[in-house]
Amino acid sequence: MKARITVTLKSGVLDPQGKAIEGALRSLGIEGVASVRQGKVFDIELASKDKKAAESELKNACEKLLANTVIENYRVEVIG
Amino acid sequence: MNSAVLVFPGSNREGDVARALTRITGFSPAMVWHADTELPHGTDLVVLPGGFAYGDYLRCGAIAARAPIMNAVLHHAAKGGLVLGICNGFQILCEAGLLPGVLMRNAQLKFMCHDVFLRVERSDTAFTRRYNAGDVLRVPVAHGEGNYIADSETISRLEGEGRVLFRYTSPEGKLDEAYNFNGATNAIAGILSEKLNVLGLMPHPENHIDAAIGPTDGRGLFESVKAALAA
Repeated sequence: MKARITVTLKSGVLDPQGKAIEGALRSLGIEGVASVRQGKVFDIELASKDKKAAESELKNACEKLLANTVIENYRVEVIG
Repeated sequence: MNSAVLVFPGSNREGDVARALTRITGFSPAMVWHADTELPHGTDLVVLPGGFAYGDYLRCGAIAARAPIMNAVLHHAAKGGLVLGICNGFQILCEAGLLPGVLMRNAQLKFMCHDVFLRVERSDTAFTRRYNAGDVLRVPVAHGEGNYIADSETISRLEGEGRVLFRYTSPEGKLDEAYNFNGATNAIAGILSEKLNVLGLMPHPENHIDAAIGPTDGRGLFESVKAALAA
């Protein structure tokens, strides 16, 4: 089984890196970009076959390490 | 006085802080490797030095905060033991949950390395008893992620409980956005834990202790800890 964890900044948290990327996109002439927020993606291979158990263990991983919940949200997707 | 300086892969100011402790307190600290699980018996002060522990992978301080030695540091802090985190050490203490909030990327997106002015907000703590409230210290900073933020409730609690120990100010000690070079909320440079025994700060007092190379404003912090532990 595989899983993908997406970590994004909470709304309201300033993201100067996202802002810089936004500016770079504009300077490349890419139209219609209203705003950019930078995040992280973790692709994880799981030994377990139990989807429910994997989900709860990965949530635990997010709470303990992968996300800083003061400033970040996370989403866990277990992909079959 | 028994100090322990933690060494993580990627720490780089452990020698500076060990030298400051030895010269100012008269006692050499134990250097404790991150993979150890216990602090030396009788440790009074734990120092988390500056650097780039674990290469700042994931988030600054995130992996170091989960290193084996950190359980012993949490235990030491819970018993009221003194803990000092400087620069990357401050980031590690926030990630470990010993201090609230987060050090974000500097507002200007630049690594800043120069002297700054710090106002001491109170002198009745183990870390500042050799200063006076309102003193302005000149000490260096060297960081890319020092922009302190926390939710507004946490900021009000820190302010209300007098837990902001150092702020970036002008040389005269006035709050001025021009001197809040990294964009920190309320110009916060250093904060204390609830029981006032854990201090995290971004600047490097350990680098301004020797008149041969410049100002010595950082000495007071180490003198304070020594006096507090002798009291």
